[in-house]
Amino acid sequence: MFQFLVDWWNALPFGVQWTIATTSQILAFMIVLLLSLAFLLLMDRKVWAAVQLRKGPNTVGAFGLLQSFADFLKFVLKEIVVPAGADRPLFLLAPLLTFVFAFITWAVIPVAPGWVISDINVGILYVFAISSLGVYGIIIGGWASNSKYPFLGSLRSAAQMVSYEVSIGFVLVTVLLMVGSMNLTAVVEAQAGGFWNWHVLSAGMLPWPAFLITIPMFVIFFISALAETNRPPFDLPEAESELVAGYQVEYSSTPYLLFMIGEYLNIVLMCALMTVLFFGGWHAPFDIAPFTWIPPVFWFAIKVVFFFFMFAMVKALVPRYRYDQLMRLGWKIFLPTSLAAVAVMGGFVVYSNAG
Amino acid sequence: MLQAAAFYILAATAVLSAFMVVAAHNPVRAVLFLILTFFSAAGLFVLLGAEFLAMILVIVYVGAVAVLFLFVVMMLDIDFATLKARSAGYLPLGGLIALAIAAQLALVGFAWVGADGAAAHLQAPMPDDTHNIAALGALIYDRYVLFFQLAGLILLVAMIGAIVLTLRHREGVKRQDMHRQVNRTRDEGVEVIDVKRGEGIG
Repeated sequence: MFQFLVDWWNALPFGVQWTIATTSQILAFMIVLLLSLAFLLLMDRKVWAAVQLRKGPNTVGAFGLLQSFADFLKFVLKEIVVPAGADRPLFLLAPLLTFVFAFITWAVIPVAPGWVISDINVGILYVFAISSLGVYGIIIGGWASNSKYPFLGSLRSAAQMVSYEVSIGFVLVTVLLMVGSMNLTAVVEAQAGGFWNWHVLSAGMLPWPAFLITIPMFVIFFISALAETNRPPFDLPEAESELVAGYQVEYSSTPYLLFMIGEYLNIVLMCALMTVLFFGGWHAPFDIAPFTWIPPVFWFAIKVVFFFFMFAMVKALVPRYRYDQLMRLGWKIFLPTSLAAVAVMGGFVVYSNAG
Repeated sequence: MLQAAAFYILAATAVLSAFMVVAAHNPVRAVLFLILTFFSAAGLFVLLGAEFLAMILVIVYVGAVAVLFLFVVMMLDIDFATLKARSAGYLPLGGLIALAIAAQLALVGFAWVGADGAAAHLQAPMPDDTHNIAALGALIYDRYVLFFQLAGLILLVAMIGAIVLTLRHREGVKRQDMHRQVNRTRDEGVEVIDVKRGEGIG
């Protein structure tokens, strides 16, 4: 029955085949991401509610499972309000930028052996480059709104994201020093064999004192990821007690939804990066029978969900930072620490001939 | 075919947005067009097989330098109309400088094409057995290590100079001293005073 389809496919020139295959991969990945995002958002709210002894969303669908879809419909069906005096094209471009940049980083994240859209040599640099672009959506949105709260929010956000990007960059450098490659698949494959080989412990790869560097590096990465994605306790760009909602004040309907999806997608991306860089990616914690039966993509997903849970717990438990303390933490503590770690790790790798 | 299409799209975007940097009425939009130019240039680097340079261009120029640029331009309180009116006066001088730079670029380009051994380099711009990060690393940290380090030192001096020029210590500013704050004991922090009835502690 499908023979004619197979014939038709084989008759196509290679370029067309490649284009169709890649496009459908990208579409499938996007749909999976958006669907998982809907439930992760619900999880975020449920965790938050549980910490505060509330029930959280529980009305739409069983246990509120369809809440995110209801929210989605509500946002999409509302009216898009563009404030008078706003720079209309830029105002509408900003959420699109956030949304697009949040998606295109996922192109290089390997979720299982061979399951990656683009297995490029400079994967780590690509992730770093695109995540440094994420700030534009916020700056442009804040400026184009032509209103003071959004503008203040976007200024704060720009300064914050630029500051924490520096330490994230140095943490990435320590990891790529250990692996000796910028390819994310190679980074994951270097952590095969068991949880002690994961970069956060790095026992199989380097002599034991290495974890004295890698564990602090992971902690720095985690906290910087919170700041980079404007998550509490570093959500100063949208601090509701000071700036109403920061750069999102003037946004309504679908543009707001795009900002929201972009922001959450970035958070999940940071969770995925922590998994790939420090926690073995798709590898099981033990390389023996009952663990290896479970498919690799499941291990990847479970680790990402765990880190997302940590993000949600931090949001629920930690009070908001003051802005000068945030800057102090980024520039005076994380930057020197990660810089020193790069130097020490470089020497360590050369000394032990591992990289 | 796909590559050629990508090249023409990226090149056209780069040229058009570079033109719009000059032609845009609003400085913020001009900076945004500049960013688009950088971005298309990065795309062109990828097409040339220099993916490392492309990523560094995006990280350094688009991700950091242009953000600060945008920051400054957004904070400026300038009257765009008068700025535009005056910019017409700069046109001859600007055009002259642009022409001089274009001429220099052409000179360098033609001289390089005709130079000894350039044809061989054009044939094989990269060794096949190594990818371009390793190739660049070998060049920068091996053959040109002195120049690289000197460039770094010059940047360091510039950075320190900028800090020295702008740093000023203001009197009477209250600063938070985390160390003192955390190590404060009850004896230093609390003073118990017996206040007599009807009098203050004045």
